[in-house]
Amino acid sequence: MQKTLKNLSSAPLSAKFGMVVIFIYLVVAIFAPLIAPYGEREILGKAYELMSSEHLLGTDNLGRDMLSRLIYGARNTIGLALIITALAFLIGSLTGMTAAALGGWIDQLLSRIVDIFMSIPALIFALLILSILGTAMPYLIGTIVIVDSTRVFRVVRASAMNVAVMDYVEVARLRGEKLPWILRKEILPNITAPLLAEFGLRFCFVFLFISALSFLGLGIQPPTADWGSMVRDNATLISYNDITPLIPAGAIALLTVAVNFVVDWMLHKSSGLKDVS
Amino acid sequence: MLVDDTNNSNSDSSPLLKMKGLRIEGLSDKGWQEIVCGIDLQLNRGEILGLIGESGAGKSTIGLAAMGFARDGCRIIDGEIDFDGIELRKAPEWQKRKLRGTRISYVAQSAAAAFNPAHRLIDQFTEGPVDHDLLSEVKAKEKGRALYRSLDLPDPDYIGERWPHQVSGGQLQRMMVAMSMSCEPDLIIFDEPTTALDVTTQIEVLKTIKEIVIDKNVAAIYITHDLAVVSQLADHLMVLRYGNLIEVNSTGQILKSPKQEYTRNLLDARSRNEKITAQIPNPKTLLSVESVTAGYGKGPDILQDVSILVERGRTVAVVGESGSGKSTLARVVTGLLPARFGGIHFQGEPLPDELNNREKQQLQKVQMIYQLPDIALNPRQRVRDIIGRPLSFYLGLQGKEKEQRINELLQQIELPQDYIDRLPGELSGGEKQRICIARALAAEPELIICDEVTSALDSIVAKAILNLLQRLQNELGVTYLFISHDLDTVANIADQVVVLYAGRVAEQGSKSAVFQPPFHPYTRLLLSSVPEMRQGWLEETLSTREAKAGIAREVKITEQGCPFAERCPISIEHVCVGSRPPLQTTTSGHVYACQHAKKVLLRESQH
Repeated sequence: MQKTLKNLSSAPLSAKFGMVVIFIYLVVAIFAPLIAPYGEREILGKAYELMSSEHLLGTDNLGRDMLSRLIYGARNTIGLALIITALAFLIGSLTGMTAAALGGWIDQLLSRIVDIFMSIPALIFALLILSILGTAMPYLIGTIVIVDSTRVFRVVRASAMNVAVMDYVEVARLRGEKLPWILRKEILPNITAPLLAEFGLRFCFVFLFISALSFLGLGIQPPTADWGSMVRDNATLISYNDITPLIPAGAIALLTVAVNFVVDWMLHKSSGLKDVS
Repeated sequence: MLVDDTNNSNSDSSPLLKMKGLRIEGLSDKGWQEIVCGIDLQLNRGEILGLIGESGAGKSTIGLAAMGFARDGCRIIDGEIDFDGIELRKAPEWQKRKLRGTRISYVAQSAAAAFNPAHRLIDQFTEGPVDHDLLSEVKAKEKGRALYRSLDLPDPDYIGERWPHQVSGGQLQRMMVAMSMSCEPDLIIFDEPTTALDVTTQIEVLKTIKEIVIDKNVAAIYITHDLAVVSQLADHLMVLRYGNLIEVNSTGQILKSPKQEYTRNLLDARSRNEKITAQIPNPKTLLSVESVTAGYGKGPDILQDVSILVERGRTVAVVGESGSGKSTLARVVTGLLPARFGGIHFQGEPLPDELNNREKQQLQKVQMIYQLPDIALNPRQRVRDIIGRPLSFYLGLQGKEKEQRINELLQQIELPQDYIDRLPGELSGGEKQRICIARALAAEPELIICDEVTSALDSIVAKAILNLLQRLQNELGVTYLFISHDLDTVANIADQVVVLYAGRVAEQGSKSAVFQPPFHPYTRLLLSSVPEMRQGWLEETLSTREAKAGIAREVKITEQGCPFAERCPISIEHVCVGSRPPLQTTTSGHVYACQHAKKVLLRESQH
């Protein structure tokens, strides 16, 4: 515990900033019902009311409290992005490490399947699937997980390849270890650095992807609050010189930057890079 | 020797390179630590200075400092570096850049890593002189070809047009030496240029270096941990340890009468300490490799019809140059590479070809130790897990019992018990190799395959590892299949020797039968290529028949005839190339493959 604290205090300023931001986002997401002044779906007044003491950020196109929706949106968007990224990583790293460790036809098969998915632009693929199957939550999650796990697969396979040729992996094979043990104990601990970096990046991409889909109307469905759709719903205000639609967009951008700051620092630490000067 | 060189910096009597009180620090986990602690050094024109010591002695750091350079994570904190009247520590970067490559050049340990794989060799040769505006591209290429010719490189007019991967390791290293001469520097720094090479290739590279340095009257700093090699070249030797100077003297003096204990240890580490094979009553065969032919993918047969018997409690050494199939043999025995023909019997029972078909118990009985302990240990596992895994995997040990056994093993490999919680990164090279040995022992194996286990280690550390292996054999009765290209090592540990050439057994038998006359011509070439710790050995060896017949030719696999024929000084015309050499067996179980009768070989051996 002490060591962790020491580690945290030795972090550079950018990483500390990132951690504080992420912490605030998490608190907001977890305790949304306690913090938000009004309910997520409550219609409280006229549309597009200006900022006032009653509605700190004004109201949206249906007269709901902007601040409350922003707070609930944190919960929905971040939660969903986390679930999707975690699932994509589970699938992508399992298949990626298996392909690297076994090689041969299994590697060929998996890699070619991934190639096929990668050859279709992600957004178009998602739009296609969601238009066919509808926009229910499981379909939304499943589609993004599949798209993103192919990207994870490539990164994991490439880094696992470098580890799989090491003599210590051969030692484990000669000992008679089974595949799960080799993946978990020999390969995984040695590719955590690139995995972490990829996780941070992937989380941001998923986050933006969900927002993009919501913006296009195929993501999280109303009346559930979501930052992407909030941008779209209030987009017209931009023409009237009102910054309201930029607030949810800014919330997305801030989190993305914060996550990357933290990941950069962790990557720097785990890769054993040292500052020379 | 002390000449005031402040005014006449270009006179020939002043030293070319002078270092005074050089101190260099390196960044480690514990902050900045001194790795070179006040070294004085002086080098005259046309002289060769050998820097010798184990890894961590600061040899390379000093070598680089002679160019006014410190690696990332190192800094020169004190002292003077005077190169021909120029104080390199004070010189501006542009001046140092002008010096590097033109007046001082550097030859790295691994030519394979030092050449850019994306450019032709000749283009890399011309880069220096053209960039420094010394020669036009055409002139530089001409010069390169002339230099290749004078160094006896094969096909000198066209070899430069090849890519780095198209020439052999030894040739690449010689191209590198040639490249260091492209601007005719005053000083060349050689950083372990032959360490990664076979003994036969090493001779060719040494010859090239010697020719260059003597013909062109260049000064050189030669960095190595091998005393025998450097004593062929150097006028003076500096013995270093942990960044401190131990001893400096002329080469002859150091070899004859070393003053310091440490220098004597270095000399001893190379001396032979031959194992006397003890008699074992009714020896039992542990492993028999029967007429194995094997190869990779759709490629040619790397091993051809190889048969080997290993007796329990003995050490069988497999020797040969790179490309002879030694490691392939290990892969066949371990099951990583199924044989195409032939089979393996272990303890009298057939061993399945494929690793996946072998039973846990069969896997347990054959363990392996690797050449590079760095990549044979998982950097994220602690010693406890590394040694503990085979204990729980094969023997089902848990908890206290397991911990106790790990401690016993640590004791056996002569490491303190508090190493149990260390990560491999916190161990030295020799200690890592000991952990590898402990991991193999933990499985309680019958046979341990040692694949070049001492090649990557310094001579003193290597000797300690060999002693440890021998002690373990005496105490536990384990059997070793010992793969090595170093005949000194083999002489120290082996009972039986198998000489492989191009995937075929050239000779096998007891060590005394193989290493004493009559010699198989290939064994003789190998033996005569091992550097001896005396000056003048290189010249002597180069004048022998073997050298003229072709010390360093690539090992080529042939379908018919004797693969060694084109390098053999006594090959019989039209016979050896055309037909396979017969396997001849003598009464003592000594087998060799040659057209010549034993009598003829004996006569030839006396030449």
